Order: sequence, then C-alpha cells, then structure tokens
Amino acid sequence: MIYIVFKISLWLHLLSAGGFIVFLVTQQKCVFRISYWTLLCGFLLHTVFLILRYILIGGTPVLDLSSALSLFSWSIVLAYLLLHLKYGLMVLGSFAAPFAAFFMIISSAMSWSDAPAGEGFKSLWLTIHVGTIFLGNGLFAINFLGSIMYLFQEHYIKEKKLGTFYSRLPSLATIDSINYQSLITGFPLLTVGMISGSIYAQYALGTYWQWDPKEVWSFVTWLAYAALIHERVAIGWRGRRAAIMSIGCFTLLIFTFLVVSLWMGGYHSFGSLGEKRGL
Amino acid sequence: MSRIINLGMNHETAPVALRECLASDASNSEKALVAMKQVPSIGECLFISTCNRVEAFAATEDSHSAGVAILSIMCELGGRSSNELESSIYSYEDAEAIRHLFRVASSLDSMMVGEPQILGQVKQAYALAVRNKTSGVILNRLMHRAFRVAKRVRTETGISESAVSVSYAAVELARKIFHILEGKKVLLIGAGEMAELAARHLRTHGISEIIVANRTFSRAMNLAEAFGGHAISFSEIEACLVDADIVVASTGAPEPIIGYEMVKGCLRKRRNRPLFFIDIAVPRDIDPKINKLPNVYVYDIDDLKGVVEHNITQRKQESLKAERIVQEEVEKFQKWLETLSVVPTIVDLRKKAEGILENEFKKSSGALSSMSESQREAMFVMARSISDKLVNDPIVFLKRTISRSSSPAYLDLTRKLFKLDGEEDDLQ
Repeated sequence: MIYIVFKISLWLHLLSAGGFIVFLVTQQKCVFRISYWTLLCGFLLHTVFLILRYILIGGTPVLDLSSALSLFSWSIVLAYLLLHLKYGLMVLGSFAAPFAAFFMIISSAMSWSDAPAGEGFKSLWLTIHVGTIFLGNGLFAINFLGSIMYLFQEHYIKEKKLGTFYSRLPSLATIDSINYQSLITGFPLLTVGMISGSIYAQYALGTYWQWDPKEVWSFVTWLAYAALIHERVAIGWRGRRAAIMSIGCFTLLIFTFLVVSLWMGGYHSFGSLGEKRGL
Repeated sequence: MSRIINLGMNHETAPVALRECLASDASNSEKALVAMKQVPSIGECLFISTCNRVEAFAATEDSHSAGVAILSIMCELGGRSSNELESSIYSYEDAEAIRHLFRVASSLDSMMVGEPQILGQVKQAYALAVRNKTSGVILNRLMHRAFRVAKRVRTETGISESAVSVSYAAVELARKIFHILEGKKVLLIGAGEMAELAARHLRTHGISEIIVANRTFSRAMNLAEAFGGHAISFSEIEACLVDADIVVASTGAPEPIIGYEMVKGCLRKRRNRPLFFIDIAVPRDIDPKINKLPNVYVYDIDDLKGVVEHNITQRKQESLKAERIVQEEVEKFQKWLETLSVVPTIVDLRKKAEGILENEFKKSSGALSSMSESQREAMFVMARSISDKLVNDPIVFLKRTISRSSSPAYLDLTRKLFKLDGEEDDLQ
C-alpha cells in the first residue's frame, strides 16, 4: 500500500525533472514554477513514504539498497530545496531534479525488504547517524553538481564560447559560493554522522572501530573532504581546481556508498544488514 | 468604421538632415499634435519624434484627406516642401499601420534592433497626446496594446537580452564572472578617451573603486579625480594587481605592459580571487598567454567584438519570434477595431438581449411548467418586449452617432456597459 505513495512520488520527481529540463531549454519562468512545485509535492510525498516505512519496519528505512537510494534521493532534494531558499538559483533545479530522479528510478527498480528491523536497529544513535550522513551526502551531491556547472561555465568563459549554455548558467561567483556553502555545511554533518556511527557501534557491537571496509572507506572520504575544505579555507583554493577536487571527492563518496556496501562485505554491507547478521 | 493611418520616416528612409529638421525643436511634437487636432477628418492623433524617426498616427474616418493634412503639417513644421518630404515618407493604413506601431514600440524597427530606449520615447509621446487630449478610445487601446506587445517581445524573446556594444559586452562578462560589481576594484591602465568611457560605464554598473595608472601622471590624476578614484604610477601596477578585480588596459604602448610572470606572481597573494582583464588597446597591452592562468580571464578587443557580433546574429533570430508576436497582436487589435462600428455593435447588443432571454426561460422552465401553452407564449412575448425596449434606446442613440467623431467613444462605452466583448482582457 505505502508503495503507491512512493510510485506517485516517483512520477512527480520524473515530471519535475522533465519540466526542469524544458525550463533549461526554454527559460520560461512558468515552467520553472510548475516544476518546482511538482518537485516539492514529490518531496513531501516521499517524506510521508519514509515516515510510513519507518513505522512499518520499526527503524530507519535504510537497511537495503533500495531504501538507501530512496533516502539518498530524498536528501538531494532536501539539500536542493534548502539551497534554493538561500540562493533562489533557478537553473540549479535543472541539474538537481534529474539527478535525484535518477536515484529514485534505480531505487524503484529494485525490490524492497519489508522485514522488520532487528532490535539492534531501533536506536536513536542510528537515526542520528543515518540522518546526518545522508543530509551531508545530499549537500555533497549539490556540491558535485555545482562543480560540474562551474567547470562548464568556466570553460565557456575561458575559451570565449559564449553560447546558449553560457547565458543559461549563473555567474562563476554564484556557483562557487553555492559549492562553498554546500561543502562547509555538508562536512560537519558527515563528521557528526561518523562520530554518532561509531558511538552506535560501541553500543551495538561493543567497539568504536573495527576496520570494517565501509568504515575505512568512509574515513578516506572524510579525509578527502577535509583536505578540500582545508585547501579552500586556508590556501584560498577556488574555482576550477576546487571544482575538480569536489568531483573527485564525490566519486569517492559514491564508491563508499555503493561499491563498498555492495561488494566489499563487512557488517555494514547491505547483504549483512538485511540478514541481520552483522548486528 | 474608424481607420488607423500612419505617416512617418525613419533612419532607413530619410537622411539625418531631414529627420533633424522635424525633431529640432522639443516643442515640435506638441505643435504637430495641436495642428493635427484641428483637422476635421482626424479623430485622434499621436506624434512620435526621436533622433531616428518621426511618426504620426491618427484615427480617422477619411484616411485620404487625413493623410494629406498630416503631410502638410509635417512640411510646415520642418520648413520643407512636400516634394522634398514625400520621397522619404512612408504611409501605412489599418493593419499595416498597427503593425508598424507595434514594431516600433518593441524596438523591431530600430537601427539597433532590441535597444530599450524607444519604448520610453513612445510612452512619452503617448503621455503628450493624453495631456493634449488628442488620444481617444482607439488610440488609448492601441497604445496600451503596443506597450503590451513590447513587454511580450521583451520577456518572450531574447531580443534585448544580449549586449551589442563592446563596453556593454565587457560589463556583461564581468557580471558572469563576479555576479555583482558592487565593491569590486577596477584598475585602468592608460588614461585616454577609451579608458574614460570604460570607467564611466563600470561606474554606472556599481563599481566603487577606480585606480588609474598612466605614463603621464598628471593625466592619471585628472581622470582619477573625475571618478573619485586615485592615481598610481606605472611602476606600481604590479603591486596594484594584488587588489584589483577588473583591469582595463587601453594604452598606446607597442609592447605588452602586463606580462605572464607578473600576473602569475600575484595569484597566490590574491588567494585565487578571479581577475578579469579587458584589453581594448591595439597593439595589445596584456599578454594573451595570461588567459591560461587559473581564475584569470583575458578578453581583447577582437574577443569582445566577436561576442557582440554573435549577439547581433542571435538578435536577428529572435526577431523572427518577435514578428510572430506582433502579427498575433495586430490580428487581435483589428478584430476589436472592426467590432467598434455601429452595425456589429447593434447586432451584438441584440444577441446579448436574446441570449439572456432564452437563458432565463430555460432556468425557469420548471416553475413555468404548470402554465398552459398559451400562457407561456404570452409570458415569452412579454419578456421579449421588455428586453427589446431596454436595448431600443441605446440602439437608436448609437445609430444617431454614426457620423459624429465621438462615435467610437460611445461604441466603446456601449460595449463595455453591456460587456459585449465577453471576458476579454480589460486594459484599463
């Protein structure tokens, strides 16, 4: 039953993604408004779906890949909406909405596990761990999209190719500022997420750290983002170089999020989470 | 039926000497309006005069004599014979005249297609006509339509989006790099006319701090003073690069003044803040290799001209879209103008009364069903004669106004009072 909510939300996401792409081409404000509100409705329904799932399985709905991707998509849209409130940058939606819709589609194509969560998963620490990590990931996704926009726009200006996309993309200063903002907000969230995760591990597994592949790769990702922030804040890196490094960091993040969880085993992988072996 | 006529000349049909003699005196427009008002065949009129065009629009019942009268007024104003003027003047009627006004207002007929000033000038001309009470129902609506067309063209097409002058193109680029220019620092290298122009342009776009470097220091001082900035000597340029955001170079030096190493050296001190070089000097003042440095952008005069040319072709494409909008609106206006004559208005009025009658009967059919056939018949006849009597006096009145110049105003009022144009947008 609750999957109907998800299906409707998925359709709203797809519609809005299509609308945002039409907006990118035609630049009609009314198209943007329709797409934006469609996305907002999709997001609210998605929120309802997540709450229902939380109640259904009795814990944070993130234990299988399908749920994790759905939550990831949700956090991308949340991050986009937050940044939209601050910057009001219309073209950002043309990148964020299709990106979020992409993860929604993959998520919908996989099977959901409705098995109730084990006792170990009913901890507030887990909710904090997952919530902060995912919101951080959402912000990093926006940071990634912003970096792509930056590279395009900087290329156009540098090579003096002032065509259609040049006029549609925002100024370099604006994109860089969004990238900085998403990075500087996302990083503390990632940090809190990792600390709360390790506290939770202490409760559930009896140890803060056990060199699980996911733990190691998360730490590597964290280090990469820390280095990026250091370069930006202390050395004054910005623009192209920072954008390239942002893209690198995000690739690492996706690797940690998907590849490590799927194929590298450990208590943190979806396989063992589903079978409740790990905990 | 009222017709709209237009006589005029623009930058294409008339040489500047001719346009000048009509636009020479600021009060000429008003004089023209007053003269046109006195012509009996002209009901309403409007006179637009800018440095690129002179246009007269009039609503009239007799387009031929009105046209002749306007031409002679123009000759008198300009002090030229009608032979001299005739070859430079175009004249349009009805749909053509409406289209011409719409094209003028939306800057499709301008020398620089898409330039924004013309709409303001048309608005001024209309305000003048309103002040002199020479515009009435038809021109009021026509002008409001024209403003709407201009707005549609501006928002629905990209015709006035892009910069079509070198200095404006430079400002646009700076905006795409820095987003806002407030609080940014500009370094002018060279204090010639070009530098002054650039400085003025940047100032109007929010640049607050201007630094001038020139070989002859006194010249730099003068320019800096004029823009509230300060002057430096050539040797201080390198130190100044650390703080500047935009550098405009326009010296006559044969060798580049700013070299690759010089800029590279200051990047770290600048903490990689973007730096935008605008090189309008020939030969160039800024080493083109500098463009390869991160967060540094160099545009020389050819690059800027390239941008401008690209924008101009873009505008031409957009103008096709704009012409379509104009066509749409011309048709709409013509439809309205056609209804603004006595016979269609009377027909519409009768139809409206008939419609109400039938509707009300349908609504009350339940309550009337208990009546006999003949009773219902009598009821219907009575209702019809009430409605006929109600619209009869307005109809007789309208018929009597046919030949009067106030006819359009009464027709318009009637259409509004009885809402004969349905829910169609109300412009007032």
